[in-house]
Amino acid sequence: MSLAPSEPSWTGALRERVAGALPPEQLLPDRQPAYVRSWIYVFGVLTLAGLICAIASGAVLALEGAAWWHTSSVGHFVNSLHLWSVELFFFFMVIHLWGKFFMAAWRGKRALTWITGAVAFLGSIGTAFTGYLVQSNFDSQWISTQAKDGINATGAGAWFNVLNAGQMLLWHVVLLPLVISALVAVHIVLVRRRGVVPPFGAEEIPPERRVAP
Amino acid sequence: MLPTSVVNLNHNGHYVHWGVVQISAANLAVIALMLVLFVVALLAPFPGRRKRP
Repeated sequence: MSLAPSEPSWTGALRERVAGALPPEQLLPDRQPAYVRSWIYVFGVLTLAGLICAIASGAVLALEGAAWWHTSSVGHFVNSLHLWSVELFFFFMVIHLWGKFFMAAWRGKRALTWITGAVAFLGSIGTAFTGYLVQSNFDSQWISTQAKDGINATGAGAWFNVLNAGQMLLWHVVLLPLVISALVAVHIVLVRRRGVVPPFGAEEIPPERRVAP
Repeated sequence: MLPTSVVNLNHNGHYVHWGVVQISAANLAVIALMLVLFVVALLAPFPGRRKRP
């Protein structure tokens, strides 16, 4: 059986386009430009690590339920793990944002990389907000009643009702994580495709001239 | 019995007021820590030997 397409097809065209846009050595590189050897470049992957921990601990909380995370020691631990993963996720993401902003990381056809990162950041704030609303404690009741007037004043309250715990739970555990995960995936693929932005004054280093770590 | 917190959290949070700006001491500490880490990340040498690009 030959891998060469025998006749034009959308699957073959898509495969060739993906392979052309993202060759394997660019998708999973083992070499990077020398200027990447700086601590300011590690905050992106630290943010990603925080996101993975938040999703993993959140999945355990979703499986076990509110009574478990409120009453058992292990539940408290996983609940805290979820909170602190998110704290670190935002902590590292803001430093990543500052670093990329001050090196104008949208240079060199990287506008879409910047935009997907910025939208993922805004979406993460919404995800964290709905997370506060579904703690199922007095804190979540207080936050929802404080937030409802502001949300209603925007008109969004008609379909985004912060007093509806079931709706907020689904936003938090399904809709927003899907959007954030998709945006982060596109963001990372774009970073791989365009390469890491060089500092001001440094030239763009093509993949064949990058050094091994 | 659940273990108690290392820090006594059984009181109202501390807030900093500056005109119309009001922020909790905890959030202010986190922002200060982010600024410190940002500067350290720019200045601290990265481990490992340098190679020519």
